Amino acid sequence: MSQSTEVTALAAGNPDRLTGFRTFWHYFSVNRGAVIGLFVFILLVLAALFAPLLAPYAPDIQDKTAFLRPPAWQAGGSAQYLLGTDPVGRDILSRLLYGARFSLLIGAVVVTLALTGGITLGLLAGYFRGWVDVAIMRLMDLILAFPSLLLALVLVTILGPGLFNAMLAIALVLQPHFARLVRAAVMAEKSREYVVAAKVAGAGHIRLMLRTILPNCLGPLIVQGTLSFSNAILEAAALGFLGLGAQPPTPEWGTMLASAREFILRAWWVVTFPGLAILITVLAINLIGDGLRDALDPKLRRS
Amino acid sequence: MLKYILHRIALLIPTLVGITICAFAFVRLLPGDPILAMAGEHGVAPARYEELKEQFGYNLPIWQQYARYVGEVATGDFGVSISSKRPVMEEFKILFPATMELSFFAMIFAMVLGIPAGIFAAVKRGSWFDQSLMGTALVGYSMPIFWWGLLLIIFFSGYLGWTPVSGRIGLQFFFKPITGFMTIDTLLYGKWDAFRSALSHLVLPAIVLGTIPLAVIARQTRSAMLEVLGEDYVRTARAKGLSPSRVVGLHALRNALIPVVTTIGLQIGTLLAGAILTETIFAWPGIGKWMVDSIFKRDYVVVQSGLLLIALIVMAVNLIVDVLYAVINPRIRAA
Repeated sequence: MSQSTEVTALAAGNPDRLTGFRTFWHYFSVNRGAVIGLFVFILLVLAALFAPLLAPYAPDIQDKTAFLRPPAWQAGGSAQYLLGTDPVGRDILSRLLYGARFSLLIGAVVVTLALTGGITLGLLAGYFRGWVDVAIMRLMDLILAFPSLLLALVLVTILGPGLFNAMLAIALVLQPHFARLVRAAVMAEKSREYVVAAKVAGAGHIRLMLRTILPNCLGPLIVQGTLSFSNAILEAAALGFLGLGAQPPTPEWGTMLASAREFILRAWWVVTFPGLAILITVLAINLIGDGLRDALDPKLRRS
Repeated sequence: MLKYILHRIALLIPTLVGITICAFAFVRLLPGDPILAMAGEHGVAPARYEELKEQFGYNLPIWQQYARYVGEVATGDFGVSISSKRPVMEEFKILFPATMELSFFAMIFAMVLGIPAGIFAAVKRGSWFDQSLMGTALVGYSMPIFWWGLLLIIFFSGYLGWTPVSGRIGLQFFFKPITGFMTIDTLLYGKWDAFRSALSHLVLPAIVLGTIPLAVIARQTRSAMLEVLGEDYVRTARAKGLSPSRVVGLHALRNALIPVVTTIGLQIGTLLAGAILTETIFAWPGIGKWMVDSIFKRDYVVVQSGLLLIALIVMAVNLIVDVLYAVINPRIRAA
């Protein structure tokens, strides 16, 4: 089954839907890494959802008798604080669990914003061409002319530091990739017969763009969305690390690293665990992304 | 060829105008009054305020202000830093070689490891080497490099005590820069201990900055190589009885490297973004740290000009990569 009919089936709620999903799962599950990534990602979502139940302490509770306590397995550590405590006596494990909420929230919000913006601009550019296309795509080129982190830094300087502004800035920086993708896909699909048929049948611009053409561009968009999800988490953590993202005492992983920096040579655990959490999350999502590409991109699909 | 280059340059003009508009707009988009913002925390006296407004031309209509800004930038006048009171261009000229040196060695690290690893993985496709290499590459690609840098500091500087924690060279060494590359300058002066010091300061930051490019290059080389190895001319070369090393090293590699060159060129943006983090961690005195420090010092003249200069560099490098690509791949030129 080809990818375009598969996605149309998914979008239209066709009775054929289940077979579509089966085909997808067949190709996705061939990739062992992708399945592991998905498993880890589900664990992370569960950790984020049930953080208040799982975490032994509240993320901002300070134990004034236990500053920089090492993890349980090291001399001086205790089972009371499994991954040790930070410089002001907060339980690192609890903060990491609550931090998962922020990272997943950042990924979800940024991808939603970037997708919405990118799809709108890409559809307009690819569908209408002409000056609309030129104006939109030159603007996208402009955004891509700056190194992404630098542009995000400057935008946050204008908007003011904070988690929400950081998410806005990152979404703006990532959005041109979606716009380019949608534009290219729309241009490829626009002259196909099914679009012409819909047009002859009297479908308006909006219907043609959203209901006829868009569902057929979904495959690459999903893959790009996954990669942007992990990118967003990395960039937000970098902004937090530089002091311009989420502000302390928010248990955001990058922000946790920033406040742990001066203790790196004295207490390895305050630095190691938050970074490891970022790496594992990003890696899991990238593994899923690789699997999705195998499953959704018919050009790369192994025959 | 010249026609192609001119065409590429013409395509860049809208982006160039856009970049100057962005830098121009930056100071004006900052919350509050631009002059108060540029004056920083100390503020200005009302009389001085009017004077500055006149001096910067904020009383002019906006398009005249823009024309004036472009005029200044075109003549190389990037303003004066608020915090150091020195011309921005002068600071840039001192700091930029540091970033260049770091990026250069990071790229060497990435290429020297990435290209052979990618080739080998492609030749031994599906082997345990291929699988573990691609796994490692994905880990490298997913790496939060600011954390990776801290880990390396903990291990190599803290635990083993092999490398210094920060800076470019030991404080006891001081000499007038010739090229601005510490590793070259120390050699030109013939000071071996200074060279060793410069090198030991460079190793960790270069590894950190080169990690993501390394992963990207290894993946790209592998897939380019796999594609080429399936081509007819490679099969022909094999059928002629050429040795496998000759087929891979000569026939396949030369063609596989074409997309890899583009990938390497496109890493310049990644490198400069990575330099912001790497230089901050290792207190490396380059333009990345300069930008972050200036944001925190509210030295917006520096941020504005730095933004412009960095975007111009990225643009210039991309142009060079495009042209190089056309030189090594005649198919592009024809189009």
